[in-house]
Amino acid sequence: MAAMSGATRAGKVTSNAVQIGTEPSKAARRVILGVVGGVFAIPIVAMILFTLKNSIGGGYTFSHWTGLFDPAQSSKYQQLFIAVGNSLQLAVVTVAIILVILVPTMILVHLQFPKLRRVLEFICIVPVTVPAIVLVVGLAPVYAVVVRIFGSSIWTLAFAYGITVLPYAYRAIQANLSAVDVITLSEAARSLGAGWGSVMWRILLPNLRRGILAASFITVAVVLGEFTIASLLGRNNLQTALVQVSKVDPFVAVIFALIALFFAFVLLLLIGRLGSAGRNRKAL
Amino acid sequence: MTVANAPALPSGEAEISSRPQREVDAPKRRSAGRRGLVKYLGLTPFAFYVVIFLGVPTVLALVTGFFDANGAFTLNNITVLGDPVILGAFASSFWVSAVTAVVGAVVGALVCYAMLGLKPDGTIRSFIDSASSVLAQFGGVMLAFAFIATIGIQGLVTVLLKGVGIDIFANGVWLYQVPGLLLPYIYFQVPLMVITFMPALEGLKSQWAEANATLGGTRFSYWSRIAIPVLLPSFLGSLLLLFANAFSSYATAAALISQGAQIVPLQIRASLISETVLGRSNVAGALALGMIVVMVIVMVAYSLLQNRTARWQR
Repeated sequence: MAAMSGATRAGKVTSNAVQIGTEPSKAARRVILGVVGGVFAIPIVAMILFTLKNSIGGGYTFSHWTGLFDPAQSSKYQQLFIAVGNSLQLAVVTVAIILVILVPTMILVHLQFPKLRRVLEFICIVPVTVPAIVLVVGLAPVYAVVVRIFGSSIWTLAFAYGITVLPYAYRAIQANLSAVDVITLSEAARSLGAGWGSVMWRILLPNLRRGILAASFITVAVVLGEFTIASLLGRNNLQTALVQVSKVDPFVAVIFALIALFFAFVLLLLIGRLGSAGRNRKAL
Repeated sequence: MTVANAPALPSGEAEISSRPQREVDAPKRRSAGRRGLVKYLGLTPFAFYVVIFLGVPTVLALVTGFFDANGAFTLNNITVLGDPVILGAFASSFWVSAVTAVVGAVVGALVCYAMLGLKPDGTIRSFIDSASSVLAQFGGVMLAFAFIATIGIQGLVTVLLKGVGIDIFANGVWLYQVPGLLLPYIYFQVPLMVITFMPALEGLKSQWAEANATLGGTRFSYWSRIAIPVLLPSFLGSLLLLFANAFSSYATAAALISQGAQIVPLQIRASLISETVLGRSNVAGALALGMIVVMVIVMVAYSLLQNRTARWQR
């Protein structure tokens, strides 16, 4: 019942808004979204058609897709599969850095150092102003030291990635932190005798899981798409391998690019769902 | 609500009742002091991490430009910023960023306008949101592939247009030059505009439109006297963000342009790969310094505009 009346009311508001002129008419919306969407679909369609092209002679074929699973050709794609493994490993370590270093710090600052909130925000936004291409100039000497301490395994790159995802992760978690009354919740728990450990585990983290999950997903997406730092520090990840492979077998490179784009799209769709689920629950 | 708020389990209760006891037992003064110290200790992992992997690299990137290969102070590298080749790269970076930012901002704002009135949780809206995030933040190398498949020499659109007698490469293949960056950049600028500008557009209060209507205003007066003036700071702010985004973008250009270094990020690549560009080392540092100066100016202007925007969102 409530939902139905809500829907009709929303309907009326929309038509009012169209009349007053704040919102576009249905036709205008269809034209704008249709044209822009159509134009933006062209490169994706071109990629899909490209992967179906027959490399010898004309016509279309699925052989480039089926070739991926052909054991006879697997040595050719070895490098690419290793790179996918590297990127996934980097994604896991970077998420761990965000969870272990950023999340506790944000909660601590929110609860105990309200004056430092602006400072933390500033720090987390700095990587927007210091782009990866600039950061990498200074990272080269830093990594000379890192390699001496931790060796040259691929996961060490996650230290740099933790910095590049800082703005995204911060925004996702901060949105959740300011929507939940963390201070009251934790004070209530404290006054009922809970220690800080149980406040963190049983009160704060469950309430912040939506923001933390969103931050983790966006971190995975950003890490899987990262090229600049890996390429200029001479490491092998998904994106650098795509560039390498594209010079030998462009079909496979484009297939992997399409899969990666689709995977990122699904991840971000999930983030959106998380957000709207939160909104609905609050409305109740 | 979550399990978190439920009364504790029996085992938890035991833990809870023992905790405060211990704290009460400790001398008050000392415990408070120590807790304060522990509080600050909690900040150290993050501080340490950020200093080493953000602070040190940034400072190094800015400072190396002032030293030569032997570590002696020199202004030699900085003079690179006056070199015609480098100035040309900065100019190219500027105009590519400016053009794609303006086109991206206008088209993106139009898309945002079209999205007004869509249900925020609806299918179309979530599809556009996710697609925008993917293209704006994830594309990089893959967008270069997409455009090679689209307007490359054998690309879909190239071949189709050739079929109707239009040769887009009649004056030479421009896809692998600076003009070739325009379309791929617009392809990630429009989605970024959608992400950054949509909240501002949604922040327009319906009361303003209603007030305008009850006072006899028209659709035109609503947009020209209310909506556009309110939106202008955030539109300009988003425009600057788009500029900064294109200016600092590397992956698409690197994947597309393998020969030469026509824009600043590619100049940095060139000087990092071979230490002897223009016969000097540490040139990358000087270039990084130049980029940072531009980025800081743009981002400061952006945050000033953001503050102005915030006035209407209170």
